[in-house]
Amino acid sequence: MPPSRRGFLFRLGLGLSAVAAALAGIPIIGFIFGPVRRHPGQAWIKLGPVATFPEGQTRLAIYDNPFRVAWDGPTGKIACWVRRIGAERFQVFAINCAHLGCPVRWFPQSRLFMCPCHGGVYYEDGSRASGPPPRGLFEYEYEIREHQLWVRGGQLPTLAGPV
Amino acid sequence: MALRDALRSVAGWLEARTGLAEGLAPAVTHPVPRRTASWWYVFGSATLALFMLQIATGICLALVYVPAADQAYDSLRYLNDQAAFGWYLRALHFWGSNAMVLVMTLHMLQVFLWGAYKFPRELTWIVGVFLFLGTLGMAFTGQILRWDQDAYWGLGIGASIAARAPVVGSAIVHVMLGGPIIAGRTLSRFFAVHVFLIPGLLIALIGLHLWLVLRLGVNEWPMPGRVVDRETYRKRYEDDVHRDGVPFFPVAARKDMVGMGVVVLVVLACAAVFGPNGPHGVPDPTITDASPRPDFYFLSLFALLALLPPWTETVILLVGMPLAIALLLALPLIAGTGEKSWRRRPVAVLGVVLILLTVTTLATLGVLSPWSPVMDAGTALATPVAYVQGRTPLELQGALVIQNKQCRNCHSLGGEGGSRGPALDGVATRLTRDQLVRQVLQGGGNMPAYGKNLAPAEVNALVAFLETLRPARQPPVGAPAPPRAAARRD
Repeated sequence: MPPSRRGFLFRLGLGLSAVAAALAGIPIIGFIFGPVRRHPGQAWIKLGPVATFPEGQTRLAIYDNPFRVAWDGPTGKIACWVRRIGAERFQVFAINCAHLGCPVRWFPQSRLFMCPCHGGVYYEDGSRASGPPPRGLFEYEYEIREHQLWVRGGQLPTLAGPV
Repeated sequence: MALRDALRSVAGWLEARTGLAEGLAPAVTHPVPRRTASWWYVFGSATLALFMLQIATGICLALVYVPAADQAYDSLRYLNDQAAFGWYLRALHFWGSNAMVLVMTLHMLQVFLWGAYKFPRELTWIVGVFLFLGTLGMAFTGQILRWDQDAYWGLGIGASIAARAPVVGSAIVHVMLGGPIIAGRTLSRFFAVHVFLIPGLLIALIGLHLWLVLRLGVNEWPMPGRVVDRETYRKRYEDDVHRDGVPFFPVAARKDMVGMGVVVLVVLACAAVFGPNGPHGVPDPTITDASPRPDFYFLSLFALLALLPPWTETVILLVGMPLAIALLLALPLIAGTGEKSWRRRPVAVLGVVLILLTVTTLATLGVLSPWSPVMDAGTALATPVAYVQGRTPLELQGALVIQNKQCRNCHSLGGEGGSRGPALDGVATRLTRDQLVRQVLQGGGNMPAYGKNLAPAEVNALVAFLETLRPARQPPVGAPAPPRAAARRD
């Protein structure tokens, strides 16, 4: 019967197109949302010899983003503030303000971190002193291996995913 | 004459095959209400002219711009300094974007105040809201393509806002950045969004927007008392237009064309006079003396985020902003009938005034950023001479403490310094010695506590100096003027 045959062909066309679109969609959606899928976001990073961080001081340390690609350019480098409290005791802070991620600056004389964007201020131990930040500075996990300071990091610290 | 005949025969040949002139003539010459051939109705077409300018200049910039994180900055410098007209095209694209946001906002305000979003033009308004959001999306992504320090930290701000979303915050950040952190993949993403995704959407939506304008007719000039009613509106509009309409082309289009010409000329002039914007500083996150600021369209949001009480921020960002957008979209469905004239819609007029005042006030504050510490005050600003003259050694020591401990990052002295905290001139007339000591040591009222960072001798000197900061002959608070100080000041 011709009508049913035409109807079948129509439905077949519709169905095939839907299947094709769905199949094509899998890699596209997967590609766009790829960065969410099982990205570690963290790795151990060597910051340098412990001796380069004098006791009682807070210094800027720079490391290469562990997940960098060849075309990252200057953005492949990340900075953090290293505070050495004692021989083996450290605090390593993300440079990003806990409010909205701007770079906080260390003022050794007043022993404060200040943020240039919205005026967040932190004490030398990273705790919130004043301004809009909802918490203290983000802190890296650290380890000392053979006189070298290592930290665990690699992702942009935010309220959803601290360092 | 031979040339004119030749052109006419070419046009005739094309028309015989395409039929475009015949097909488009009704659209071009369709009647519009006589009073709408008004200068108030030119903002829409002016926005379209600016969009076309953005496409043309954008394509030119893409011929040279390298959307890779290691070379984008250098390619912008090349555009500025070496490519023929490169600086001017960057300037045109920048000033064109500013003008587009501005003129589009005027268009939106005019449409709102004239009640043009009411029945049957609800969808025209809704599509327009999406066009507005898309344009703001272009503004944000475009600012990122400038791949300088503002772009880098602007991304940080955007990601930090997105991260506040519950549960999916981290996933949104990763999708937005194309990885766990701002880097090469981030710029490529924003390039694709700025150059392919949003422009494609905008072109499609503009097509729909114009189609709706043609199909539903240009909104008539609102008259107080002429209420929109779903049953009668269309017929009344048709009758009016046929009785007293003018052809869109050339009667109304004349003013549109003048408007389009004027806005583009203004952009051309601004670009020539003020030049391109940036790039400001290599996007190197290890340079810690960056002071990121957004372009003007986001200054009000930037200011809002500094001024809101911290506990309200997340709610306002995640609930308030989507709610505001939803309200804009739902407006024609909520208030789709009734009075169109602003003379009979006091709440609408008041709302516009309120929104304009809020946005411009916040944007002005965003420029001034009184909440940001002056990061170099400790080294760049000298203590005013008048404040050190005739002071005791102890008081002078206190002036040094102010300088060395960066107090003026937040407090001004003699009009120079930060305005996060109150100015210190005259502080002795507000706080007693004991209150000064307490405030310095314990902080409070948004001031950090300096108890751990100051030796007792430093506190002593600092407070001694602060106690001298008062106008001559005005005694310090809470105590009669000590004869010694009064005598010295006179």
